[in-house]
Amino acid sequence: MPLTTTLKVYDHDETPPGTWPVFRVMDEDGSLREPKVGQSYIDTHAPTLDKAHAIKMFRTMARLSQMDHIFLNAQRQGRISFYMSSQGEEAVHIGSSTALDLKDTIFAQYRETGVLMWRGFTMDQFADQCFSNKGDLGKGRQMPVHYGSRALNWHTISSPLTTQLPQAAGAAMAMKLKAKREGKDRSDGVAVCYFGDGAASEGDFHAAMNFAATLETPVIFFCRNNGFAISTPVKDQYRGDGIVSRAKGYGMYGIRVDGNDLFAVHAATAKAKEIALSENRPVLLETMSYRVGHHSTSDDSTRYRSTDEIKKWTEEDNPIDRFQRYCEGRGWLDDEMVAQIMDEERMKVLQALEKAEKKGPPDLSTLFDDIYKEKTPELVRQEEALLEHVAKYPEKYQGGGH
Amino acid sequence: MLSSVQFSARRAMRLNARFMSTTTEIPVREALNMAIDQAMEEDDAVYVMGEEVAQYQGAYKVTKGLYQKYGERRVIDTPITEMGFTGLAIGSAYKNLKPIVEFMTFNFSMQAIDQIVNSAAKQYYMSAGDIACPIVFRGANGIAAGVAAQHSQCFAAWYSSVPGLKVVAPYSSEDAKGLLAAAIKDPNPVVVLEQELLYGTPFPMTEEQMGKDFIIPIGQAKIEREGSDVTIVTFSRGVGLSLEAAEELAASGISAEVINLRTLRPLDRDTVLSSIQKTGRVITVEDGWPQCGVGAEIAAMCMEDDTTFDSLDAPVQRLCMADVPMPYAQNLEEAAVPTVRDIVESVSKIMVRQAAA
Repeated sequence: MPLTTTLKVYDHDETPPGTWPVFRVMDEDGSLREPKVGQSYIDTHAPTLDKAHAIKMFRTMARLSQMDHIFLNAQRQGRISFYMSSQGEEAVHIGSSTALDLKDTIFAQYRETGVLMWRGFTMDQFADQCFSNKGDLGKGRQMPVHYGSRALNWHTISSPLTTQLPQAAGAAMAMKLKAKREGKDRSDGVAVCYFGDGAASEGDFHAAMNFAATLETPVIFFCRNNGFAISTPVKDQYRGDGIVSRAKGYGMYGIRVDGNDLFAVHAATAKAKEIALSENRPVLLETMSYRVGHHSTSDDSTRYRSTDEIKKWTEEDNPIDRFQRYCEGRGWLDDEMVAQIMDEERMKVLQALEKAEKKGPPDLSTLFDDIYKEKTPELVRQEEALLEHVAKYPEKYQGGGH
Repeated sequence: MLSSVQFSARRAMRLNARFMSTTTEIPVREALNMAIDQAMEEDDAVYVMGEEVAQYQGAYKVTKGLYQKYGERRVIDTPITEMGFTGLAIGSAYKNLKPIVEFMTFNFSMQAIDQIVNSAAKQYYMSAGDIACPIVFRGANGIAAGVAAQHSQCFAAWYSSVPGLKVVAPYSSEDAKGLLAAAIKDPNPVVVLEQELLYGTPFPMTEEQMGKDFIIPIGQAKIEREGSDVTIVTFSRGVGLSLEAAEELAASGISAEVINLRTLRPLDRDTVLSSIQKTGRVITVEDGWPQCGVGAEIAAMCMEDDTTFDSLDAPVQRLCMADVPMPYAQNLEEAAVPTVRDIVESVSKIMVRQAAA
């Protein structure tokens, strides 16, 4: 795919001829392409980028990477039942989340853990959710990695693929109408809907794009094209030019970005948000990256791709390394600091995991809460029967995890 | 085709009208329209969405006049995509709007079943009570006339099996107005199963029922006719058939109590079980299929409750649609659905059983 350093979000009637170019600011070695242009993007779109901010971003990616590593092992050891890692896509998460704020509503697919981390979900909250213990914000109701947080404006994850796309369009519509009622011409935030290249094959994708365009809603459809839908490679997923080329047909804006370039993802997301807010129109954003990890702990990806291929992406185009090299070039990081940050983050993850493991399961009495705003007579009856039974045989109900 | 439904409803209406003072005859579709109109007037967050609901005023004209009154912002025609507009409406409900989603018929809601069952019904629970989904899914459900397998079937059993959803099924205009009003006000997702064959049927309504404050509480059944020998538990179209059957049975000295369930989830167990305990016999009538149907649930309730089980003088009887996809030819169609005759015969049979014992 051709690369470009021009940050252009194409409207449907001015799409590029041939293959959509990939917007990139920073090369694999951490150097800025066309340094002047590159620096101006950073100055324009990341004006707060100083050493402290850069290290915070690096640290968050480091934490995400350590958490993935440790939680995957915890799953292998049978301490949690399931996990999904983000390896290889860390720059997509941190690049986009740094361009958004808490007024933006997030509908994620499941592999966007770093976005939630940047928004402020704590290490304890991650660990508590994965262990579905007493401290889990979700009261032990969802599978691991199906995080949710109203405070962080993050909708709980929906397992059926692509369900979240039409919902994001609807949420954006509601946000626009709310602004209108308040006499404002733009809403406080946008809806940002993350999904994978595989999800784009579901029927909901079409419905969501069409609706968002016709109803003119402020939403960013953020496609993480990571090359695989579980085991199905993109060549078996579509025959057109990826996902972004579909923007033309739907009458939407679109932009394709190098997903391993944190700066490019940030600038494109910021630009997409500005367009969505000021014009009340949807933007389709496609990041090109590679899923280095397995799809989930239920998957062994070496059965359908070579270890050489995985190695190449891990070693030659690793988004964390790329950003690290940039920071090293600026004199903000060196080997010793990197090792120290990695170590500190690993310890934080381990501590959270150990704490979470000891907290104990959610209270049985919460089983019948939140099905309806008020308990129905039948639920009250079932709850009474359960609690009576448990009170009778307490030794049989000591709890235990998945 | 299936016109006996309408005759039976009119007859029931005449019977009821004798006991009412100032009433007006209002067809079910107008009662539904009234409920939506009043809710939209009261609450700006309420809006209607679906195929043909705006300019065309609804495939069955339930949304007549609303587009003219409230404009395109609140009465929204959609592209033809059930999964799309259902998902869209659910997303807007998460953000504090109150959508009324019209399915042209519930047959097409199958295209949106993931959104309804996996998102609307579960969001509140999965988000640990953080995000509610106040939404109404409404439209024609159950059997219709001359439209065959894919347009003529009942989804009461499907939806009423799902925790997180409430499900109501109005019979009369009073039911339609009161239940839909309650559904719109409810903070949970509510499925409103209307009946196409009853849309045009007029029922008497009082001033109070037509007023803006009238609601029928979700979760309460109505005893449409009191009786002492047998309980007929039914909903929607079955209520009309059962009232007519009860009239016939009365002529042969059998006193039937007819229960209009009104709400299918949460079921009004108390009303149903105490009636069965009183009469000792029960027959269920529905247009859905027998296996795992509403009648099967009522039968299970009778088995599980000691007092009710002990009071039964005859086995529970279920009258359902035949266990086949709905055929098109008129004679086949009529043979596939419960009729007044079927009810009378089934009741007579269980009464004989007692006489023999």
